Amino acid sequence: MSVLQKIIESLQRGEDQKVAELTQQAIDAGLGAAQILNDGLLAGMDVIGEKFGANEIFLPEVLLSARAMNAGMDLIKPLLIADDVQSLGKVVIGTVKGDLHDIGKNLVGIMLRGAGFEVIDLGADVASESFVETAEAEGASVIGLSALLTTTMSGMKDVVELVKSKGLEGKVKVIIGGAPLSQAFADDIGADGYGYDATNAVDIVKSLAGAA
Amino acid sequence: MQPPLERLRAGETLCGDGGWGTQLMARGLKPGDSPEALNLSSPEALVEVAALYVEAGAELITTNSFGGSSLKLHSYGLDDRTEEINRAAVEVLKPVVTDKAYISASVGPTGKLLKPYGDTEPEAIAEAFDRQMGALVEAGADLICVETMIDLSEARLAIEAARSHSEDIPIIATMTFDATQRGFFTTMGVTVEQACAGLVEAGADIVGSNCGNGIDKMLEIAAEFAAHSSVPVIIQSNAGVPENRGGEVIYPESPEFMAERVPKLMDLGVAIIGGCCGTGPDHIRALRATIGEHRP
Repeated sequence: MSVLQKIIESLQRGEDQKVAELTQQAIDAGLGAAQILNDGLLAGMDVIGEKFGANEIFLPEVLLSARAMNAGMDLIKPLLIADDVQSLGKVVIGTVKGDLHDIGKNLVGIMLRGAGFEVIDLGADVASESFVETAEAEGASVIGLSALLTTTMSGMKDVVELVKSKGLEGKVKVIIGGAPLSQAFADDIGADGYGYDATNAVDIVKSLAGAA
Repeated sequence: MQPPLERLRAGETLCGDGGWGTQLMARGLKPGDSPEALNLSSPEALVEVAALYVEAGAELITTNSFGGSSLKLHSYGLDDRTEEINRAAVEVLKPVVTDKAYISASVGPTGKLLKPYGDTEPEAIAEAFDRQMGALVEAGADLICVETMIDLSEARLAIEAARSHSEDIPIIATMTFDATQRGFFTTMGVTVEQACAGLVEAGADIVGSNCGNGIDKMLEIAAEFAAHSSVPVIIQSNAGVPENRGGEVIYPESPEFMAERVPKLMDLGVAIIGGCCGTGPDHIRALRATIGEHRP
């Protein structure tokens, strides 16, 4: 079995130390950082994303695999920078103001990183201005908003309107997700997309970022 | 009052209360504030809501302590007031429930993920629940209601903390399930069968599900609990899945719609039927009336 195939399988079992060792082996064998990333770490996360989308695995397995991916990423990150390997794009994510729930948002962050995006996670209880200012400063093309509470989901509209008032419409797309949300709500507030789960969110971000 | 478990074991069906969030919002709770802080700052708001539910026929009144573990209160800088907040949650309800309803002390998740999935040690979660449970039991709660759990390990820590403070207080434990193409699972992948076994083994006396689903999905979940549980079952359903109507977020299921399903829940042997998000006093009045018509 090739070292990349071993990375894919070990990552799926959530073995962070093993993935780090295998990644180092791949680097030592002269494989390029982009190849290790795309055909090893991200290929492994792709399978995780598919299994999660099919409800064959759940949050615990995804979290362990993400940790394993990060263990490998830490080793190749300096090489990716040196080789000037670009990510699929930058996405700013966070849970909206007044809402402290972050499990869903974290999961979307994991899946986006696993798909090759650079993710800037602002955390929970994030002010509307903060999303837009960060996206502008970082040159992010997508903002991902999460809410669990019906009382905080209305704050999502503020972000959409702020994007418009700053003249960023078209340049910065807004995608929303969370238990009480729906496509109808996204349409209603003028958001560019709605992800019904973390796997779906990645597909929507890909299409919004022109990376599909 | 007769102990609640005796009534359930004798085959009686009890009526729970409904959602508290929107009721408290209408009485001054702001998004982003700690709901539990109201126990100290606005006890009159809790008395008002509890009185509405007692009047509607609820036989269990939930305390405003869902986020009352010291870990959750820490998010609001209130962890040093954990004991005070939880004691108040029980005490303010006593004059309202009198001999009409039991005080069911709510305990929700800490919001932290246990190692190795997250960064929190089980000891930290056990301590957070220990402080909350100690105060709730000491203040005289009639039951403990561990609810909206997604992780069986965390639920077990909560149940064990409650049991360590009282050998005989009835403990309700509910989890929240998502409908998937492969059946019902919590976010952490727990099935109804696993929930039944794990919650009872940890010391729960009543198990079931709350939140996350409208009444039709809850009927399916109830059937699974009925098939796997060795103890009485509780179902507290949302009033459907929230919809946005003209900028206003509403839960679509009417009191009548939910009440029509009550006989099916009773046929499955569900012992406690109540509401969760989106249900109000009118829903509970309708549920209680239907329960009354179908009691043996």
